[in-house]
Amino acid sequence: MDFPLLTIILVIPLLAVGLLMFIPPSSFKSVKVVAATAMCISLGLTIYAYVTYDSSIGGMQFTQSIPWISDLGVSYSVGVDGISLPMLFLTNVIGLAAVFSSWNINVRPKEFFILLLILITGVMGTFVACDLFIFLLCYELVVIPIYIMVIIWGSTKRVTKEYAGMKLTIYLLMGSAFMLVGVVALYLQAFPAELRTFDIAALSNAHLYGTLSQSFQIIVFFLLLLGFGTLLSMFPFHTWSPDGYAGAPTAVSMIHAGVLKKIGGYGLIRLGLLILPAGAKFWAPLIIILGLANVIYAAYIAIVQKDLKYVVGYSSVSHMGYVLLGFAALNTISLTGAVANMVAHGIMSALFFAVIGYVYEKTHMRSVDQLRGIAHQMPRISVGFMLAGMSSVGLPGLIGFIPEYTIFLGLFKVYPFLAMLAVSGIVFTAIYILRVLQKVLFGPRDYGLDKYKDAKGAELVPLFLLGTVLVLFGLFPQLLMGVINSGVAPLGPFLQELNNVPSLLVTLGGIW
Amino acid sequence: MEQFALTHAWLIPLVPAAAFAIIGLFLQNFHKLSAAIAILAITFGFVMSLGIAGAVFNLGITVDAPFVQRIEWIKIAGLQFDMGVIIDPLSVLMLLVVTLVSLLVQIYSVGYMKGDKGFGRFFSYMSLFSASMLGLNISINFVQMYVFWELVGLCSYLLIGFYYYRIPAREAAKKAFITTRIGDFGLLIGILLLQMLFGTVDFIQLRQVIPVYLMANGAGVLTIIGILLFMGPIGKSGQFPLHVWLPDAMEGPAPVSALIHAATMVVAGVYLVARAYFLFASLPILMNIIAWIGAFTAFFGASIAFSQHAIKRILAYSTISQLGYMMLALGVGSLTASMFHLMTHAFFKSLLFLCAGAVMHAVNEEADIFKMGGLRRKMPVVFVTMTIGVLAISGLPPFSGFFSKDAILAAAAHVSMPLYLIGIVTAFMTAFYMARLLFLVFFGESRQKEVHKVSRFMQLPLIVLAALAVVSGLGGYVYNFGDWVRFGPPVVEHMDWLLASTSTLLSLLAFVLAWNIYGSKRWSSDIIAKKLGIIYTITFNKYYIDEFYALLCRIFIDGIGKIMYFIDLYIIDGTVNAVSALVLLFSKLLSKFQTGQVQRYAAVFVCGVVILLLCTIMYLDKVNGVLAAGGAF
Repeated sequence: MDFPLLTIILVIPLLAVGLLMFIPPSSFKSVKVVAATAMCISLGLTIYAYVTYDSSIGGMQFTQSIPWISDLGVSYSVGVDGISLPMLFLTNVIGLAAVFSSWNINVRPKEFFILLLILITGVMGTFVACDLFIFLLCYELVVIPIYIMVIIWGSTKRVTKEYAGMKLTIYLLMGSAFMLVGVVALYLQAFPAELRTFDIAALSNAHLYGTLSQSFQIIVFFLLLLGFGTLLSMFPFHTWSPDGYAGAPTAVSMIHAGVLKKIGGYGLIRLGLLILPAGAKFWAPLIIILGLANVIYAAYIAIVQKDLKYVVGYSSVSHMGYVLLGFAALNTISLTGAVANMVAHGIMSALFFAVIGYVYEKTHMRSVDQLRGIAHQMPRISVGFMLAGMSSVGLPGLIGFIPEYTIFLGLFKVYPFLAMLAVSGIVFTAIYILRVLQKVLFGPRDYGLDKYKDAKGAELVPLFLLGTVLVLFGLFPQLLMGVINSGVAPLGPFLQELNNVPSLLVTLGGIW
Repeated sequence: MEQFALTHAWLIPLVPAAAFAIIGLFLQNFHKLSAAIAILAITFGFVMSLGIAGAVFNLGITVDAPFVQRIEWIKIAGLQFDMGVIIDPLSVLMLLVVTLVSLLVQIYSVGYMKGDKGFGRFFSYMSLFSASMLGLNISINFVQMYVFWELVGLCSYLLIGFYYYRIPAREAAKKAFITTRIGDFGLLIGILLLQMLFGTVDFIQLRQVIPVYLMANGAGVLTIIGILLFMGPIGKSGQFPLHVWLPDAMEGPAPVSALIHAATMVVAGVYLVARAYFLFASLPILMNIIAWIGAFTAFFGASIAFSQHAIKRILAYSTISQLGYMMLALGVGSLTASMFHLMTHAFFKSLLFLCAGAVMHAVNEEADIFKMGGLRRKMPVVFVTMTIGVLAISGLPPFSGFFSKDAILAAAAHVSMPLYLIGIVTAFMTAFYMARLLFLVFFGESRQKEVHKVSRFMQLPLIVLAALAVVSGLGGYVYNFGDWVRFGPPVVEHMDWLLASTSTLLSLLAFVLAWNIYGSKRWSSDIIAKKLGIIYTITFNKYYIDEFYALLCRIFIDGIGKIMYFIDLYIIDGTVNAVSALVLLFSKLLSKFQTGQVQRYAAVFVCGVVILLLCTIMYLDKVNGVLAAGGAF
């Protein structure tokens, strides 16, 4: 590929950051326009990539590779395949929505948008990186802006924003510390000294050469699981997520729940499963159990929450459980579902946080007990709520249904009884979502809220953008599933071979 | 025209869907235009359905050789779903019933919803519902059916909660969604298991593979799958024990109750069983379960309808009871009788609901039938049409209910005497409570001074539906309904005159009884209620099932939820915070050493130097040795 499309997509937000440096902090409007323009271009190019990606060939496309630190085997190499392309698309959609949902920020907007753009670049970087070093670099790039954004622009409710920011950051750093140890061990073990490389494709072949023994894979995968699992809010490392989202400003909640968490799932597939297949297979039963805990335990907690952000926070923990289940069932159907569910959940949770952000910004309330009947005053926001809620419930015709269905199907093939438990999640989800929708949106008119206006102008962009994606991918799921399939289907034989690799259960059975 | 209709059947759901989008996005505030578009869309559907019916008739499309069209919806490795159209007499019957009732109800709504702020919204929802229901009717596989099944559920939710500013309405909407979701949970698992077992959920393909599978493996697993699948219809069609949402659903506007909660959506469960009858009919245990749940629900619903006061609630329990009849018919193996009753019930029950709506409209939204009376002179059209509806549901000849109910009872009598007895007792009860309703509302002395007029928009559909309630049964009987809508070989209807006259006599007896209590008031209803004592109290309170479920919910949902949240806050997060507190404590201890006093630092420094010197002296030899060894290299 001669035209460095992905690099340009990555560079545009950074160029905007550069431009923002020269804009006086007082001109709020131009700051926002620059950020929005950058994200529009970036999204446009991503859509171009999405449309022109050739699903019939599959594999890494739009690749570019420049050696960087050749002594260590580091190179700047990027590319997307059927797994990372939807994630890149997701990042751009949510990035643009996040910019517009922050349109009313008037406290240090220049700094805010600079940090936001850096954050978005970092997340995009992790998805397009074909080099483990670049992946880690981008990942670390993400953590810092989040911390600053939470403690400056965040909000204090049940926990203070300082606590939330700190908790979020420490959890992410702890996770990445485990990950780093795993990655370094992998780097040293995979190839002899003169051949060492961070190239993900090369590392993915290492297990074929037998340099990665089974026990090595089991240990390193466990480290990665700790890292990525924390990021994905896997039980019991999930408590940062509701608190963090509650404290964070809207844009951070959107990006964090929408895409950042997905790095966890993405990493488990790209690095965990593909590089360390025996490790993934070994720990799969544990991941299934923890995923089930996510689905049911977090849904139960969401039922008794009062603060809207906590409801969505726990809801997102619950939905990420499906991703874990889809991952750990280790077949092509469930993996496709897991990736699709990351996209689906990203869009719906971003929409959720956007509308909650609007309501909170206007009324300074977000408790189920305080808000009632906002459909009277804010019909457009209510439509956003309904769309997000209904796709969360897994209503067919919206984005949430097909991913869940495929995950269930994949899971049924492996663990039919546990799968039934997982399906029960659809009932719990309906309970907590509908309780919230009923109380907040409907009911008698609260005249005290009459002074607050419905969303309008720039605020409508996130609703429209995310809503369109929800409906489009819901009605025509093949648009999403086709691309993901081109990334997952080739793994079929690879996953087939894994059937013979022992898992935790076998080992435990042996001890028994 | 027929050929066009047949090959373009997919337009039937698509046009109302487009109407929904157009009204919902652009025309919410243009009342007349939105109603016109919605009605036009469904009229198109009705005309197309007529065309398709003609095609089925002329081209000889039967249930054994349906016409199928399909397009790919999803295709990934190891999984493929199509969306498509299946046309056979079964789906054509549904198409005709749904488009016709929907059309009439929407015309009625123009009058009924007049002046409501949400007029445009109402018609957009109605269009969405029609689209989803019609999509369900032509589904070619379980997944497509599930998709539309959930969408009609959504519409039901939206329309029950149409008056969203009323708290009972929004609570009823939530209850409906969650209760049917419990059924859908089973349905979804059933579908997933079918997919896993057979690799397909397509009706045509399953129809071929299931007999083979049964021959080889027996009915065990399939029976479990069947029970799970049947959970969906239990929820959707208001069967015991998931019936609790249907009476509450009456919080929606009357046209919604007529269309969705009487004529169409609630029969989706019956239709699902009928559509997958090749599966259900081959599992005797399951058929037994279906028959008994149906019979019990029929009796149970009627017994509650006995003692209720609100007009639409009586009709709702009656719907539950009649749906039970349809399930009973399916359970005893007569798909024909079930679908026959589905059709006649759609006409007379939507008629009854629309009449009830007109009555309530006329008397300032009063719902209690004991507070009405003497309306027959003030609203003659409603009186006459409602009487026809009551006679039809009571199964008196020559009205439609007589033929369809008789078909069900005859089918039940062939299979099991207890089921037949339950059926006939229920028929008696039905006639009684419907007569009670009729007499209390339209006879006796007038209690309302002012009665609002019923507009033309509302009268026309009543008359059409009343006509259908009269002729549809006889028509079905004369033109041999069972030739077309059937499972297996054509069914020849033989009127069992003994059974028919027994049930007719019982219905008449019920009418006489009801007249004496509620019409002429010769016997006081209060005294009878008192004499019945505890039985009356229990049925009046709907067997306390709602209260029981609320209790279960408090324990198993909120209770466990609170415990889990406690664990999360104090055990998991408690551990995390304790660790961080420990770290802080440790760092505070360490920071004690950082006093900032130069003298102390100097003292520590000196101590350190002394210790190092001592060490060096003590181990001097070894150090030398090491150095020497190093030098050797």
